[in-house]
Amino acid sequence: MAANQAGMKRFYAVFGAVAVIGLGALAYLTTRPQTVSIPANVTVQPSDTSGFRGYLKGSPDAPVEITEFADYQCPFCQTFATLQMPTIEERLINTGRLRWRYRDFPLQQHPFSRLAAHSAACADEQGKYWEQHDRIYEGQAEWAAARDAGPMFRRYAQAGGLDLGRYDACMKTGKYAGRIQASVNEGLQVGVNSTPTLLVGDRLYRGRFDSDAITKLVDSLAPRRAQ
Amino acid sequence: MIYRMGAAFLSLAGLFISGYLYLYKIGRIGSLACGAGACETVQLSSWSRFAGLEVSLIGVLGYACLLGLSLASLQGGAYRQWPIRAMAVAAGIGVVFTLYLTYLELFVIHAICRWCVASGVIIAAIFFAALLDQRGQSRTRVL
Repeated sequence: MAANQAGMKRFYAVFGAVAVIGLGALAYLTTRPQTVSIPANVTVQPSDTSGFRGYLKGSPDAPVEITEFADYQCPFCQTFATLQMPTIEERLINTGRLRWRYRDFPLQQHPFSRLAAHSAACADEQGKYWEQHDRIYEGQAEWAAARDAGPMFRRYAQAGGLDLGRYDACMKTGKYAGRIQASVNEGLQVGVNSTPTLLVGDRLYRGRFDSDAITKLVDSLAPRRAQ
Repeated sequence: MIYRMGAAFLSLAGLFISGYLYLYKIGRIGSLACGAGACETVQLSSWSRFAGLEVSLIGVLGYACLLGLSLASLQGGAYRQWPIRAMAVAAGIGVVFTLYLTYLELFVIHAICRWCVASGVIIAAIFFAALLDQRGQSRTRVL
């Protein structure tokens, strides 16, 4: 009986030690630095942009162009992208009245904004920018709460049919960090200090917008032709 | 008792593996250590969810349940049978579920996750440990 009790004690001691080691390993894995991060405030080289001035949606002949400076982790940008943009697209962009230009303006307080912008830039390499853009915004609540959003962006890339080998290589090199910073610099130059901010001509519109307000704005700038 | 102790260690190992995969899935771990395997392909596929739950979370819950049963079976001596019977049933369900997941890996996803293979080996070992323990107890009672 005593031998049995000693055996049980030994079992619990070893079992406890294994449990502590396992929990320690998991704790280490959850606290180690992120695998991919996109640096901020990089020095922008001319080759970073090479003429790039944002992601375009709509006809090049559209009479009105709106440039949106946005941050993937900003809640208002998320609401705008998921709730208002579909209507704007249907009413104005698809009808040839409006061209939309999306510029990255990741805010400092949002740790995954640059990573999200870079993920979308890597998707752009494979011609799937807007698909990745939409997925990132739709999943904001999920990835914004994560410790490392990278695997989630990768999951969106996979769901969008991207070549993951190319996507991973693109993310690891951080090749678009300069382009993202160039976009931020350009926003700062024109007076952007919050997101979302819309630039129409040389005028800035800050705050929350809905599709009706955008429609009125486009109507005022380029009245509909009489049918 | 040796089978019950073994089952407890195996359940703990299974719990850590499924916990690791679940932490990856919810974005708490950057990337999976998988060597030349295709763990991420499996974990990021649409088949990584079952009945609205992450498969890895089902693993966490299942192994936690098996761990509880194996520790309960160690309390009160070798003649305490209900925890080991419950463990045999639960591990049996786990083995069937693992076979289904392995089928998906081989013939639908066309990728193998070595952590899933390890989990499959563990659940099968727990099942056999529970069966062997019951067999041993039956013999003891006959003698």
